[in-house]
Parts: sequence; C-alpha cells; structure tokens
Amino acid sequence: MSFEMVETKVFEKTKSLLDTEMHYCPGCGHGTAHRLIAEVIDEMDIVEDTIGVAPVGCSVFAYNYLGMDFSQAAHGRASAVATGIKRVLPDKYVFSYQGDGDLAAIGTGETIHTCNRGENILIIFINNGIYGMTGGQMAPTTLPNMKSTTSPFGRDTKDMGYPLKITELIAELPGTYYVTRQSVHKPLNVRRTKKAIQKGFEYQKLNKGTCFVEIVSNCPSNWKMTPVESNDWMDEHMLAYYPLGDIKVPNPKEA
Amino acid sequence: MIKLMKGNEALAEAAIRVGADAYFGYPITPQSEVLEYLAREAGERTGMVVLQAESEVASINMVYGAAGTGKKVWTSSSSPGISLMQEGISYIASAELPCLIVNVQRGGPGLGTIQPAQSDYFQTVKGGGHGDYKMIVLAPASVQEMSDFVKLSFELAFKYRNPVMILTDGALGQMMEKVEFFPQQERSTEILEWSTVGKPDDRDANVITSLHIKPDKMEEINIHLQAKYKLIEENEILYEEIMCEDADYIITAFGLVARICTKAAELAREKGLKVGVFRPISLFPFPYEQIMSHTSRIKGILDVEMNAGQMIEDVKLSVEGKVPVEFHGRMGGIVPSPDEILEALENYIAGGKL
Repeated sequence: MSFEMVETKVFEKTKSLLDTEMHYCPGCGHGTAHRLIAEVIDEMDIVEDTIGVAPVGCSVFAYNYLGMDFSQAAHGRASAVATGIKRVLPDKYVFSYQGDGDLAAIGTGETIHTCNRGENILIIFINNGIYGMTGGQMAPTTLPNMKSTTSPFGRDTKDMGYPLKITELIAELPGTYYVTRQSVHKPLNVRRTKKAIQKGFEYQKLNKGTCFVEIVSNCPSNWKMTPVESNDWMDEHMLAYYPLGDIKVPNPKEA
Repeated sequence: MIKLMKGNEALAEAAIRVGADAYFGYPITPQSEVLEYLAREAGERTGMVVLQAESEVASINMVYGAAGTGKKVWTSSSSPGISLMQEGISYIASAELPCLIVNVQRGGPGLGTIQPAQSDYFQTVKGGGHGDYKMIVLAPASVQEMSDFVKLSFELAFKYRNPVMILTDGALGQMMEKVEFFPQQERSTEILEWSTVGKPDDRDANVITSLHIKPDKMEEINIHLQAKYKLIEENEILYEEIMCEDADYIITAFGLVARICTKAAELAREKGLKVGVFRPISLFPFPYEQIMSHTSRIKGILDVEMNAGQMIEDVKLSVEGKVPVEFHGRMGGIVPSPDEILEALENYIAGGKL
C-alpha cells in the first residue's frame, strides 16, 4: 500500500496584490483592505476592465500594491477623477480609495456631488479618525475628546466642530445605491467587508448609482497604541460613534 | 461651411467637429455659451460627454481622470474659474496628460468684472500653479481662429502629451464673426499605450501620477519636462507680422488687441508714420528671436495690452535693450481704441521715448 502526501493550499496571495513590501505601519488596516480589493477583482476576473483612483494620504501609493491601472488624484478630488474616467469609459469598473481627510474634509464637495449625480462607481472610504501621513492631526472624523497633534487636549466640539458622519449623509442622496459601513479588525468583519466590496463592484454593471463602502479602521502609530490595543480602542470608541452595518441597501425588488 | 457665430460658440462647434470625447465645465460669464452650446448640440451629434461639474476644481480633475484614458478632453472657464483650476493644471502638466483648457478672460483681480481683459498672461505663460511646468498657449485674434486653434490645440496636446491653453477674452468670446469650419472628424477609438483603460495580461499596469517621492526621480521627471519644453520652443512658435517690412515702429500685441492695433497702424500710415504690428500667436513658446530680428531696423516698440503690462516683459527680453519698449494698456475691462493707441504712440515719439 503506497502512501501519498497531499498538500492542501488553504491560503494564497491573490495575483493582483503585488509581491512587494508595503509602507504601512504594522497593524494598520490598509493592507487588509487592499488585499480584499485585489481578491474581489481577481475572483471577478475584471482586472482588464478596472481602473482605480488613489487619494492623497497614507494610501497615496495604493497603485504600488494593486497591480492594475491607476490614476493618482489631487487631495480630495478622487471622486471627480473617477467621474472623469467612468464618463468616458462607462463599461469599465472604476473605484476610488480615499481616507477621511481626503473624502470628508478637503473633498467633501466632490464626494457629495459625485454621489448625488449617482456616478456608477465604487467609493471605498477608510475612516481611522486621524491624519496618518502628515503625522496625527485632527481629521473630520476625529471623535469628541480624542487627542491629536492639532487637538492636543482632545477634540473640543465647541471649538472644533463635530465628527462628520459623511456616510449617513450621502446615504440620504437619491444618487447612492448601496451604502455600508464595515471594518477589517476581526476575521468576521474582514469577510463582511469583502462581501461589501464585491457588491460595490457587481452593482456597477446595473448603472443604478454610486456604491459607498466605509471601512472603519485603526491607526496604531498616531493613536499611539499597539495594534491590538488600537483594535480594542476602535471597538469600544470608534464603533460606538460609527456603528457597523448597511445604511442603504438596494430595493429587493430591483436587486 | 461658413457661419456667423459667437466666439464661444465657435469653440464649442470646433470641439464637436474635431471629435472631442468629453467636456467638463462650470458656468461663468463671459463663456457660459460654450457649455450651453455643447449641451444642445454635442451629445446628439457625436456622443461627446458633456457634464456640468459642481465647480471648476471638480471639472479640471474630471479632465485629469478622463485625459488619463487617452481621450480628447477639454474644459473652459473665465479668469476666476481658471484660478481655481491651477492645482489641477499643475498635476496635468506633471502627469503629461493631453487636454485643452480655454480661458475666456475677464478683468480682475478678484471677482473683478465680466468685461474683457488680458490680465491672466502671467498666470498662463509663467505658470499659475506650483512647480516648473509650461502649457502650450495659443492666443486667437478672430472667431475663425477660435475654431482653428481648437483643432490645432488637440494636435499639439497629443503630439507632446501636454496641456494646451487657448488664451482669449470676453470680447472675442461674445462677438459674432464669419467662421469657416473644418469638416466633421470621427471620434478616435485608438487606445494609447500609456492610458489607464484597464490592464490586459500582457502589459504592466499604467499609472497616471505626479508623485515621485524620491528626489532623484523627481529631478529626472523635471529634466524630461524641460527637454520637452525646449523641443516645443524649437518647433511650435507661431506669430503674425502685419506691415512690419518697412516699419519704423512696431506695435506688439496679442489676441483681439492686435487687430485694434492694426487699425491704429493703418491710421498712423495715413499720417505718414510707418507702423507695423507684431502679433505673437503662441505665447508659449514665445517668438523672442522673431521680435529681435526687427531691432536692427526699427526705432522702437509700443506694447499694447488689456492689463497693466505683462507680455511687455517678454518683449523686453526679446530685444535685449537694443530698442526702447514703451507700454499702453487699459485695465478693468476697458478695450483700447485705435485712436488712443495711435495717440499714445505719437506722444511717446514726441516725448523722445521712442
């Protein structure tokens, strides 16, 4: 009786996630979010029909990690750039990947009007409540009393305004089709986020409007925590203010 | 086909005929007819995408995205709106994207006036955005050239992968003249090798970016851009000389003002004063040597502009101090008359300045 060794592959790096070192800090959620996008695009086999738009912020180099055509936008303008691409290539899949400063501060106008026009694109919004690349300044989504280098005594909402729940805001617009808030800090959440990203791509073919996936994430370096601590802190504080789940889902009759 | 048409409408009609793929713009006086004309005509005739953006900031970034796909893309605005576009223009120049931007200038600074002016020369030619970059800049002087230069602009934009600006003004945008249009061209279906259209298996990903974080790479990009601009200077200078052969005095002027100056030169000649007009058509590249070539014969230059004196700096650079250069300008939306230009010239001569 012969005995055969069988190797079963349980995990494989997906092809569109390039085999290169990322510049992200240890424990940062960007790496996982990138991988999910690459997996969805590869599983749908749509690399040849996909154009990404990178923001200004920590994920400015997204195109160094995702092996697909990319346009790097000016700060806040990613959804306008994506609009330009999608309008001349309406049969392609177009997505933007933006942080909270990019999408909800300097680019608020573009975000709202892109969603209000119902551009058939997917906007992926990473919300970690802080400016990562510039070194920990206050973001539009920084929580009340949360410390940053520009709110060193904590965000005083009386002086500095309130965290902007832009996802709830754009869900109100008739141009949006699918709006959801997810996270990537636990395996279950990673699976849900992947499903949400997949829907965001699939729905583009329906020409029904903008899909918007917020991913609440962490920033261990600028929150000054270990990765594990940052995930716990996120669970307790960020998710209390930014609750996870679908905010707007397609009408079941249409979907 | 000959039509009587406003300058702004001629721009729009020419863009339809040249087979432009997309226009992104925001209304502003005195050029809103461009978007209005396109909204009526373009979609049905050629399928050109025509989108009213929420701002000039958005429209120039839509241009950035669409131009990155290798399509023929353009926008237009007037001075304050063009100021809002400067960041985007800098990105477009750095990422080497072909596109057309039209500035139908109005008087400034600030919100200014809706009347015509030429006070964006510095912003346009010397770089209104950040970084070392150049646009190719064409200054039409007639409604006919508004049409012709749209076609030329796209040819130059794709030849050099560089943004081109048509620098005109509210008077030319609003006035009606006869214009003969070139025949309708098909929209291109060619896929350019550098464009972001989706990555097939057999090539690397295309990335449109202006970010090169390592200084040696960023310097390399700059050296490449400067070499390209030099090539443009060597090959694409355009200018017009009117009655310059025997002239004792030359008036330098660009755009519509050059036509007013031509009338002034004719009036001068009726009085026995031999005056010619030199009109730079390409403001970048600027015809430095061509202006210089007249200095051995002429007694002086009067530069006339609808601003406080901007192109005059390039005219002075051209002549290297060999002949005197004086200035006559009107600001705030006032168009100078032929009589006042002639009077200014005569006064400078009588005062021993020219």
